Amino acid sequence: MLPGFEKKPIAHDKALAARAAVEDFHAEYCAVLDGGDVERWPDFFTENCLYRVTEYENAALGFPVGLVYAEGRDMLRDRAVAISRTQMFAPRQMLHFVTNVRILDVTDEEIIAQSNYMLMQTLVEGATCLHQAGRLFDRFARKGNELLLKERQAIYDTAMIANDLAYPV
Amino acid sequence: MYSSETVIGLGTPSVKNKPIEQLVWPEDGLHAIPDWVYTSDDVYAREVERIFQGRTWNFVALEAEVPNSGDYKRSYVGPTPVVVSRAEDGSIHVFENRCAHRGAELCRHTRGNNAEFVCPYHQWSYDLKGNLQGIPFKRGVNKLGGMPRDFRNEDHGLKKLAVTTRNGVVFASFTHDMEPIEDYLTPEILKDFDTVFNGKKLRILGFYKNELPCNWKMYHENLKDPYHATLLHSFLVVFGLLVAGNRSAMVADSKYGIHGTMASAKSDSLYATVDTDKKKEMRSFHEGMVLKDERFLEYVKEFDSEWSVTMQTIWPNLIVQREMNTLGVRHIVPNGPNSMVMLWTMFGYEDDTEETTRHRLRQGNLMGPAGFLGLEDNEAMKFVQEGVRRSVTDRSVLKLDSEKTGTADNLISEAAIRAMYKHYRDVMGF
Repeated sequence: MLPGFEKKPIAHDKALAARAAVEDFHAEYCAVLDGGDVERWPDFFTENCLYRVTEYENAALGFPVGLVYAEGRDMLRDRAVAISRTQMFAPRQMLHFVTNVRILDVTDEEIIAQSNYMLMQTLVEGATCLHQAGRLFDRFARKGNELLLKERQAIYDTAMIANDLAYPV
Repeated sequence: MYSSETVIGLGTPSVKNKPIEQLVWPEDGLHAIPDWVYTSDDVYAREVERIFQGRTWNFVALEAEVPNSGDYKRSYVGPTPVVVSRAEDGSIHVFENRCAHRGAELCRHTRGNNAEFVCPYHQWSYDLKGNLQGIPFKRGVNKLGGMPRDFRNEDHGLKKLAVTTRNGVVFASFTHDMEPIEDYLTPEILKDFDTVFNGKKLRILGFYKNELPCNWKMYHENLKDPYHATLLHSFLVVFGLLVAGNRSAMVADSKYGIHGTMASAKSDSLYATVDTDKKKEMRSFHEGMVLKDERFLEYVKEFDSEWSVTMQTIWPNLIVQREMNTLGVRHIVPNGPNSMVMLWTMFGYEDDTEETTRHRLRQGNLMGPAGFLGLEDNEAMKFVQEGVRRSVTDRSVLKLDSEKTGTADNLISEAAIRAMYKHYRDVMGF
């Protein structure tokens, strides 16, 4: 769906090792966000990263807009500080579920992966609701099994957002 | 959470949802808004009839969304689904998204291109202007069945709306003898409208959509309420971007009082200075906070305008956003008294450089359902809807700058909201 995220043939053992590394990454990333520690979120990215959250239609039609659009980790830091210290929104709990990790390409320096995600949101006195369902298109910089995101595009199917998106995907 | 997922108090209490004949506007009517304008099913039904289907021009599309013959998009006039279509001769048509036969909503894709519209149920086909073209087995089979002899296709087209455009912006109306769009928008509003829509071709950058669990009028009020900007939006204040002393304006059109322009001029330095006495009034001001990446707050002057920000409310369903260099339209779809949907289209111009486009995208983080400012408006309006719907208290207070109705000469004013309700009460018969 996104240019640059095509499936390449990969040796099975390399794909397995890469998938384990990516799944570890997702677990730690989600733990930080679900734990409410949003100011640590930018630490999962490289300095010159690209981060975008956008609806399926924009991705399919090639429109560049992002619900969230950041060029570089500094923009993520500004967003993280805004969320944690300045923004006014109702208190909420978030839970991320990331599954179906699929390794699209792998080298010693880079892993390209696609995963599905569900983002659950619970407001005070509210039901726990599926806030977003979508796909993550990730490009990781790799040092052995340590990964950092060079690019994350979160493409959500849930086009009609329930009011707003406060925390990152 | 969608409004339909409310757990405590999903149904509106009867005291906030009385029959329309029992509704009385409070005395001192310019300075109070009764809660029932936001919560009553009867009021909502009358609004759809008298406002969205009444004497108004409703935004339905940007021409750039349907640039070629055969292009179409699903859209809405009030809560009514319509299709916007560009015909072979380049003209734009708007018709109800309802097959004339059995009522199926026939256009299912958000947008696309086709040579004709075919209802999937019985395959009645319509041309790009909404005229009925073909009916399968119109004369029956083996001389049995079929339409009566006097059935004329011309009498059974899709229900068509009046259509007009202004510099690439498409409006439609269920009223067929509307005044020209220029007269409807008024010169005061056209000035800033034409700054954004100046005839240059637009480049669509993409879309957002969200449901806001609030009454549709609150969105207008929020953008006719300059008082909230420096108080709710702590991001503006923390980073010193807009403070109560900035040069600004809150214009209401003098013909109807329903359209508005909230405008402000950014000071030359990236971070505004805040006087000690103003700091005391603004709880969210934090001294010395700076951005790690200042690019996204840079203002590139690209228009011949004294304002760096103009937010226009075009009655009844359009917001035109020029927040420095991030441009967009927001299409309000009312969705019952307690809900509205916002359809956002973000754009630049066809001659933008790659870097200009990226600047617009970066600055786009200010607005939209995850925007530094946009998110806070959505949250605040949700709080108001919950408050007015579930409480015993029955009105809100509208007394800032209380002597004035219409254009305000300062930010600490609700004069533009009063002008909107003055017109609203006339149309609604309250």
